[in-house]
Formats: sequence, structure tokens, C-alpha cells
Amino acid sequence: MSSDSGKPTTDSKPDSKPDSKPDSKPDSKPDSKPESKPESKPETKPETKPETKPETKPETKPVVKKPEEKSVELPEFEKGISDKIVEKFGDKVEVAFVKKDRVGINVSRENIHNVAKFIRDGLNYDHVESVSGVDYPQNQEIAVVYHIGSYSDPSLARQILVLSTTAQREENPIPGNDATRLPTLRDVFYSVEFHEREIFEMFGVYFEGHPDNRRLLLPEDWADLPPLRKDFAIKGR
Amino acid sequence: MTTELPQNIKSGSSETQIDKSTSSWLPPGLALQKVDERIMTLNVGPQHPGSGHMRLIVQIDGDYIVACDPDPGYVHRGEEKMAEYRNYITNIPHLERPVIHDSCNILYPYVLGVEELLGIEVPERAKYLRVIGAEINRCIYIMYWLAIYGIFLGHSTMFMWPTGDRELLIDLMEKMTGARVTHSHFVPGGVRNDLPANFEDVCLRQVNYFEKRIKEYAAVFYDNPILISRTKDTGVLSRQDAIRLGTTGSVLRASGVDFDVRKKEPYDVYDELDFESIVMKEGDSYARSKVPWLDMMESCRIIRQALEKIPKSGSVRVKLKPNPKGKGFDTVYKRVESGRGSLGCYIVSDAKPEPYRLKLSVPSFRNLIALPYLLKGEKLGNMPSVYWSLNYWPVEADR
Repeated sequence: MSSDSGKPTTDSKPDSKPDSKPDSKPDSKPDSKPESKPESKPETKPETKPETKPETKPETKPVVKKPEEKSVELPEFEKGISDKIVEKFGDKVEVAFVKKDRVGINVSRENIHNVAKFIRDGLNYDHVESVSGVDYPQNQEIAVVYHIGSYSDPSLARQILVLSTTAQREENPIPGNDATRLPTLRDVFYSVEFHEREIFEMFGVYFEGHPDNRRLLLPEDWADLPPLRKDFAIKGR
Repeated sequence: MTTELPQNIKSGSSETQIDKSTSSWLPPGLALQKVDERIMTLNVGPQHPGSGHMRLIVQIDGDYIVACDPDPGYVHRGEEKMAEYRNYITNIPHLERPVIHDSCNILYPYVLGVEELLGIEVPERAKYLRVIGAEINRCIYIMYWLAIYGIFLGHSTMFMWPTGDRELLIDLMEKMTGARVTHSHFVPGGVRNDLPANFEDVCLRQVNYFEKRIKEYAAVFYDNPILISRTKDTGVLSRQDAIRLGTTGSVLRASGVDFDVRKKEPYDVYDELDFESIVMKEGDSYARSKVPWLDMMESCRIIRQALEKIPKSGSVRVKLKPNPKGKGFDTVYKRVESGRGSLGCYIVSDAKPEPYRLKLSVPSFRNLIALPYLLKGEKLGNMPSVYWSLNYWPVEADR
């Protein structure tokens, strides 16, 4: 997926009605099992030569958007999730990918708050597992990717919803005091609190509305570039 | 689900407002704060023998904790940045450094992710070997954690016993992989080496003895009235809040949420093995300290079954090119259940030998958010038991 392009496009938007089964109540019994997974085990091929595979498509530019090539057979349940989001928000969101157990949604920074609210209230996702920043100097943007899961809905136990947005990237960042800003999702998903603090110090993305944008892992007096940006180079490498 | 935030949460930070009235704008966190006369601020760590490499800024009013502000980062080594400069194979040894006791499990999601990026199917025997390695490592980690939990509570027998019994499994891993702690055993495509001769018998014997030993811990530790009086009903995390805070692993399962990645999203051969995911309802320190112990018994069951079901011969590794490249620009997010909880790895690949971005979503970091919440209103004397019952490993949280 190209989690970098925040501009919603309409070409990859699925249009069919959501056909997944309705989500069960969030507070169902904790020990109810998710549907057993049909992952069939292919026969062991001990001496498979994987050499042919990696060479298939060496794209030189890393941020080129990959076309939806796997649209031959999308997993139904996951398709239903993405359809619900598309139905609600139309062309404000862009479905980046629909894979087994993973649904990727790209959304612009203006709409991320509403989309996240809908994901929580309408789709029963309840916590964020991981928040990652990805720096794309080529596109002048920093992507922030939320991996959202659900504990309370057993049918979603296997699912991870990958919500990604982009912030404007500054050539000479002044963390907290430049245009690299995003609205926080802390009031939607409380669990992002420390994750967003980490993104702020590592990428310089200031989260507006986050009550606590202090440094977390770096020293308080760190004066260099945010270290996970691509232009911060490790010595000797 | 209600939209309001968990009550009582005050992560030390919520009252920190940036004071923009000063002439020069200060970065967040460096603005001055008003001090209350009654409140004393206490620094725990980062050199505290128990807290590990982690500072807790605790504000106390008399004997009671008013607010706690965890300050991790003293062992931040930039694993994620380093990973962007090394190729997919040379990333293996340094990625297991955050938790050397649980090194198989911290590599597991990374290895699974790289395999999905490359589209490799792993031999059946390698899958079983991985499960055995991961479960032995889980026990090794939990034993170490349990030893420190014991010494935290002043229970020195509980320090000696797990430390000693842990050696059994460390020897086992040494036989299996050649290294006592940092095994670097899992590689994309399988495992590095096949088992040595006669390993199955030795493993079965050691694991059976190990299980017998850990059952004895009940008498000296888990049924000990002193332990119970110190940990029961302290640091209670309700089911609702455990979900909302996004905790994971033993913290989550001690609060009554049945979520074990091995059950919910089985990887490798976990769906063919019969085991329980341990859930307790209480949500207090006692439950949180008991869940990992019960987990170890399930691990022993898993190891025994895996030793039975493993294909007796066959390849253990698909050979890769020295510098594997992904299939074009792609992302993958994989997660496994480690000794502390769900451990995720997010890889962004741009068809180069090195990952474009690698993010470890570690359970210690995710559980850390519960600490200020649990400690608020608790007595200072309960701080060690609550803190360590979170199954927190500072080095992993910092990465």
C-alpha cells in the first residue's frame, strides 16, 4: 500500500454493499471464540527456490502507488469492513488494501478524527495496537499509521484495521512549532497516548489536542533532528 | 461503548499545559509547573535495582500516590533506526536485543512478516521447531520475571528457585540453538539449525521436571498468605479499562479479557495444538502475577504436543538469497503472543535489501500506559508489586 498519499482517490473504491455479518455486541463473553480460521496448510516444499520471486517487480521509487492487483478474490469479511467505511465517508477515504485479516484505509488529516470515531463507534474497534510514523522525504510528507484492533468483538479478533494519514513534512523542522501537525486521536482511542508522544519526538509530528506532547524516550534536551526521519543519518553508515 | 475516558487517569501530564505567555516558547515538558506544598515528588530509578532502566516520577501525599509519571527511555538504542540500515538477515541479531530472555518471541513477528513479504512457505518441521523454541523462551522469560517479582516483594526463595530452574530450559535452548540467551535461531524461511541428536528425549525429560517444579511454587509463593495480602485488591484494572487502555498479554487476561494471539490469530502450527488461554477475572496484582505462571504450564503442554507431532525428518529452512528483497512496495503487520503479550512488527518494504521502516509494537510499551492509572491512590509500599505485575521489561519498551 502507499500509506503516503493522503489525497483520496476514487478509482480503487469498492462500491458493493457491505455483505459481512453484523457485528456482535462489544461486551459479549470474553471466552467466545472467533470463527476458526481456514488457513489451509500447503504441502511442505523444502527446496523451493525463492530466487524468482523477489525479482518480480523492483520498483525504483518506493512511494509509487501500487495498483490494486489482488482484486481478483478479496476476503469477504474484510471487504465488508472496508465497504462500511466507504459507504459512510465516500471519497473522503481511500481503501489502500484489503488482505486477509488486514484492511488498510488512507484518509486525509482533516477527516481522520471522524473516521476514527466511526471505526470505534460503528465498527466496534476499541484499541490501538501500534502507531508508526513513516517518513517520505520524496513526497514531502510523514505518514502516521494506526493499527487498530478489537478486544470486545470476537468476530474482529483477527482483524487489524490500518488507518493511515499524512502530515506535512518540513525541510527544517522545529518540532511542535511548525506545520507538521495532526489532530490527536487520544480522545477517540485512549491507548494512543504514549504512542503519539513517541511519534512526536521521533518524527516531529505535533498532535494537536494531545494533552501531553512531551518527549518520552529521547532526552529532554535533545536538540538534533527527530531521529527517525530519513535525513537523520547514523554515523558511519 | 461510552466515549468518556477512564476515570482517575492522571498521567502526571494532563495538568501540564504549555505556557505560551512566556517570551520564548518552550518545548512541551520544559515549562515550569506549580508545586503543591503537601505533595512530595519522588524519583524511583533509573538506577533502582528493581525498576530496571526506568524512572518513575511519583508524587505522594503522605503514604498515598497522587500521580505517577513513567519516564522510560534510559535504554533507548534506536533498534528501529538501525533496522533501516541493515538488510533483512543482518537485522536478526540486533532485533532480539530488546528482550534477550525472550529472543525467539521478539524475532517471531519480524520473521513472519519477512516471509509474507517474500511469499515464502516454511517447511512443516521448521514451524514446529519454532513453536518449541518460542514456548521454551516464554518460560525462560517468565521465570526471570518471576524471580524479580519475588525479590521485589522481599521473598528471596522466590528469587532463587526460578533462577535455578530457569537453567534447565536455558540448557535446553543451548542444545537446540548453540547459545544460552541470544539465540538468533529464527530466520526468514525457517530456523537456523536442525535439532541435535536425541534432543526430543532430553527436552521431554527436562520439561516434565520443569513442570513438576513450577507446580511447587504454589506452596511457597502463590498460596502464601503474605503474598496474597500484599497483592490482592491492589492495583485493580477493570475489564473496561483494560480494553480501553489497550493493554495486552497477562495484564489484559488477568482483567477478564480472553485475548491470546496464539488462539485468536494462530500463526505457524498453534491452531493444531491443544492449549488453554489463561484468563482471570480479578484484575489485581495477584491475578496479574498468577497468569504468567499458569501460562508456563500451558507452555509445557504445548511443548510436549509439539514434540509428539513434529515431522521426524525434513528440511528446516528454505534457503534465501543473501540479500532478500521484497516484492515491490509493500507493508505487513504481524503479531505473535510473546511472554508479555501481543508483540507486533510493522514492516514497510520498498524492494530494497533493507526495510524502509520497521516498527516493533512491543507489549511493555503498550502496558506502560496502565501504570499511572493503577498507581493513583495506591500506597507507596504497593508500588513495586503493582509495577512489576505489569510484566514490564524496560529495555523492550525503549527499544
